[in-house]
Amino acid sequence: MLVTFIQRAVVQGIPLLLGSTGEIITEKSGNLNLGIPGIMYVGGISGVIGAFLYEQSLASPAAINPFLAVFIPLFCSILGSLLMGLIYAVLTVTLRANQNVTGLALTTFGVGFGNFFGGSLIKLAKSDMPSISLTATSNCFRQTLPFANDLGWFGKIFFSYSFLVYAAIIIALLASYVLNRTRIGLHLRAVGENPATADAAGINVSLYKYAATCVGSVVAGLGGLYYVMDYASGVWSNNGFGDRGWLAIALVIFAVWRPNVSILGSILFGGLFIVHNYIPNLSVSMQEIFKMLPYVVTIIVLVVISMRESRENQPPAHLGVSYFREER
Amino acid sequence: MHNNEKHKREPRFHIAKRDALVWWKAWLIRGCAVLTALVVSGIITVLLTGLNPIGVYATMIDGAFGTTRRIWSLFQNIAMLLCVGVAVTPAFKMRFWNIGAEGQVLVGGLATAACMILFSETLSTPVLFIVMIAASILAGMVWAVIPAFFRANWNTNETLFTLMMNYIAIQLVSFFTYQWSVPKGSGQIGVINRATKIGWLPAIGGHSYLLNILVVLALTVFMYFYLRHSKHGYEISVVGESENTARYIGINVKKVIIRTMLLSGAICGIAGLLLVSGTDHTITRDTVAGRGFTAIMVSWLAKFNPLYMILTSFLIVFLQKGAVEISTTFGLNDSFSDILTGIIIFFIIGSEFFINYAIKARTVQKGENA
Repeated sequence: MLVTFIQRAVVQGIPLLLGSTGEIITEKSGNLNLGIPGIMYVGGISGVIGAFLYEQSLASPAAINPFLAVFIPLFCSILGSLLMGLIYAVLTVTLRANQNVTGLALTTFGVGFGNFFGGSLIKLAKSDMPSISLTATSNCFRQTLPFANDLGWFGKIFFSYSFLVYAAIIIALLASYVLNRTRIGLHLRAVGENPATADAAGINVSLYKYAATCVGSVVAGLGGLYYVMDYASGVWSNNGFGDRGWLAIALVIFAVWRPNVSILGSILFGGLFIVHNYIPNLSVSMQEIFKMLPYVVTIIVLVVISMRESRENQPPAHLGVSYFREER
Repeated sequence: MHNNEKHKREPRFHIAKRDALVWWKAWLIRGCAVLTALVVSGIITVLLTGLNPIGVYATMIDGAFGTTRRIWSLFQNIAMLLCVGVAVTPAFKMRFWNIGAEGQVLVGGLATAACMILFSETLSTPVLFIVMIAASILAGMVWAVIPAFFRANWNTNETLFTLMMNYIAIQLVSFFTYQWSVPKGSGQIGVINRATKIGWLPAIGGHSYLLNILVVLALTVFMYFYLRHSKHGYEISVVGESENTARYIGINVKKVIIRTMLLSGAICGIAGLLLVSGTDHTITRDTVAGRGFTAIMVSWLAKFNPLYMILTSFLIVFLQKGAVEISTTFGLNDSFSDILTGIIIFFIIGSEFFINYAIKARTVQKGENA
C-alpha cells in the first residue's frame, strides 16, 4: 500500500512541480505571476484543442500517429501558455501595470478560457462526440517504460511513469542548475533582487523579465497538459483541475524558491493532497479538514522563513514591483 | 572612443512619467479602453456565435436589463461585488495586498450560517440578528487580522499568506457542509430554515434584495468619507506612500496595518452576512463565487475611490450578466463571461500606462543626421 501511495503522490505532485518550477523562474525575475492557475488551464485546454482537432481529422482512432499525437498537443499547449505569458509580460513589464491585478485578471481569463472551450468545443467544432475524451492521444502520452513491472516495488516507485513525469523532474533540475550555476541565472537573480543595480551593470532588465515570464509560463502550462493527458486520461472536465494552480504557488514558498527542493516538495504536497484516502475510518467531513494540510503547511513555512530572516531563504527582494528606470 | 555611429542608435522615443493628468483626460483614455475592449469582445463573440455585432450587444443588454427580476438581480450582484470591493480598498490604499477577501467573506458567511442553524430555536429573532451580525463581523476580522499580525511584526508576505487563508476557509466550509448536511452525508446544507425563514434578512417593501443594496450603499459612502476626510484615512495614505515617512512623522505603522485590516475584515464579514442571510440562505464552497478576486480589480480600476467603484462594479457585473445570456442563447458555456471580463480588464490595465506615462518622440536636432 505504501508503494501505491508514493506512486499516487508522485502522479499528483507532477502538475504542482511543473507549475511551481515555472513560477519560480518567473518570480526570480521579480514578477509575481498570480496568473499561473489560469496559465495552467490554458496549457491544458490548448493541448486538448490540438489533440481534439487531430483526432477528428483521423478516419479511425487506430490510424493515430504516435509522434504527431504527442507533438501536436505539446506544441499547442506551449503556444497557448506562451501567449498567456506574453500578455502578462507586455502588461507588467512594458506597460508597468500592477502585477497582482494583472495576474488575477489572467487567472480569471485563463480559467474562463479553459472552461469555455472545454464546455463548448464539441458544439463549436460541430462534432457528434458526446464528451471530450481523447483516449487515443492519452494512450500515447501514457507510454511507460517496458521493464518497470519486472522490477517489483523499485520499478513501481521509480520507473512506472510516463515521459512527462521525467521531463518535469529534468526541467526542475535544469532550472535549478541554470539559476544557481550559470551567468544567465546570476543575471536573472540580480534582476529580481535589485533591477536598478542590474540595469546599471548593463543587464537588459526588460529582456530578462520577458524571457523568464514566458519560459515560466510554458513550463507551468505543461503542468496543465500533463494533468489532462496523463492524470485524467485525456478526459477534460470543467474545473477538474481545481485549485492545483494556487497549490503550485504555495509550493514555491514551501520550496523557498528552489526548483530542486520543489521536486521533493511536490511529492510531499501530492501526498498531503491524497493522504485522506489512505487513513482508515475517516469520515467524509474530516477528509475536508485533511485537504487543508498543504495550505496550512505553506503558511507555517511562510511565517518561519519571515521570522528567521536568513538571507538565502527570502523571496526575491523586488518581487511584485514593476521596474521603471527613471523612477529611482 | 565611441564614434558618431553609436550615437545615432538612440531610441526614437522615450517614456516619461506624467504629472497628474487632468481628470477628464484620464477618464477619456479609460473610456476609450473600455470601448475598444467592448469592440474586441464583440468581434470574438461574433466569430464564435455567428451573431451579428449589434445582436451581440442587444443580447447582452437584454441579459442584464431584460426583466424586472433581472434588473433586481443585476443590482443585487453589483451591491455584493461593491461591498467586497469597499472592504478591500483601505488595505490596498495602504499597499497591503490582501487577496484573501474570498476567505474573509466566506468565514463571515459561515459564521452567519452557523448562527442560523444552531440558534434558530433558542434565540428570539432580534437577539439572533445581533448575534449573527456580531459573529460574522468577528469571523471576518479574525481571518483578516492573522496575516496582518504577521505582516506587521515580521514582514511576512501578505499576498501569499492571505491567498492561503482562502483555501483554509474553503475547506472549513466544506467540513461544515458535511457536518450539517441535509439530508445527512449529501454534502449540501440546502436552504436554511426554509419554512420558518428565521434569520433571513427582511424584505423591504416586498423587495428581498433592497436591504442588501441599502447597506452596501451606506458602507460605500462611509468608506469614501473615512478614506478622504478622517485621520485614519490620512494615516492609511501615508503608510501606503512610504512606511518610512509614516514612521518619521510618528505614525505607528503596526497599529495602522492591524487596525485597517480589522476594518477590512469586518466589512468582508458583513458581505458574508449579506450573501448568506440576505441572498442565498445557504452556504457552499462557492458562495463567494470569486468575488474576493474580482473585487480587487473593481477597487483597482476605480483608483481606490469607493464612489467610482459603483461604476466599475457595474461594468463587470453587466458584462457577466450579458455574457451569461449570450452563452445560454447559443448553448455555450457560462465561462464565456470570464473571458470577456478578462479582456476588458486587460485593456483597462493597459490604458493606465497612457495615463501615468507620456511617450515622447525624440526631437531630431539639425545637423545630427548628417
